[in-house]
Amino acid sequence: MIHLGFPAALVALLAGIGVYGVLARRNAVLVLIGVELILNAANLLLVTAGSRAGAPLSAGPVLTLFVITIAAAEITVALAIILVLFRRSGNIDLTAVPDLSDDEDEPTDTDVQPAMDRAPAREGAP
Amino acid sequence: MTTRDIVFVAVGAVTALSALLSVTTKHVVHAALWLLVSLGSLAGAYLVLGQELVGLVQLLVYVGAIVVLVLFALMLTRAPIGPHAEIDTPAWQRVAGAVLGAATTILLASLLLPLFFGARADLDTAESLTPQVAQAIFGTWVWPFELLSVLLLVALIGAFAVSRLVLTREEAPTVRVTTHPSALADATQPAGERP
Repeated sequence: MIHLGFPAALVALLAGIGVYGVLARRNAVLVLIGVELILNAANLLLVTAGSRAGAPLSAGPVLTLFVITIAAAEITVALAIILVLFRRSGNIDLTAVPDLSDDEDEPTDTDVQPAMDRAPAREGAP
Repeated sequence: MTTRDIVFVAVGAVTALSALLSVTTKHVVHAALWLLVSLGSLAGAYLVLGQELVGLVQLLVYVGAIVVLVLFALMLTRAPIGPHAEIDTPAWQRVAGAVLGAATTILLASLLLPLFFGARADLDTAESLTPQVAQAIFGTWVWPFELLSVLLLVALIGAFAVSRLVLTREEAPTVRVTTHPSALADATQPAGERP
């Protein structure tokens, strides 16, 4: 026997913390951490709703497994984009995102912006 | 308060506290490690809720794969070691974020708590829920399940293509001149000599 009010409260807490994490970070990977927390709040809500008596088709746990799979796919593509961003501009600061289009600009066109932890620009690119 | 309630409150407190630390810490790597603690204890919360399959998949996929991916991304983007103030937005934006996060929490809590207030789940039966979940996946949900495998493949190829395309376009003049004709010549040379 478990009271389902506690999981519901944890869902609300995790979603709020995730929203704060998305809004308060500039590092792109840390923004993704906030997105993961929001996704986990959704998962916990699905499991909580699925454990009520009479939930049909085991929809709660099954949809939770689906969301976990989609989250894995999402973070794979997101991290690939972040690595490309780092290779182009030398940092992953979301407030100084450079132009990622295919024109023949030098990648140093973001130097006018005060970027913080810029690594040596494109030194590691092969 | 039953025993499951007490255990869930303990595990949920660990989850919420480590999630809060993972979005507020100034160490970049510590954020990923606190995320690991949070997701792992959330797997424990799934166990307390009686869904051991979901808990184990959470441990395998989130803790085992996603957090490791995040750590690798932090290493590959040369995350600074030690406290670093420049990973956060300015103070007024953080205050706005905290207000919006608190508003989200209050909104969801005011919606969900009355909905689940009197609800109870009787989980103390001896049988496991995993056979039901397995029968549902491979019965009712089998086509979405198969579509998800296609989605994973598309995401894999897409991530590979994204990380390759920009590189080859940047180095297009050198790469095509040096490697491509020689590879073509190597491929056509034996075929031309054989007959």
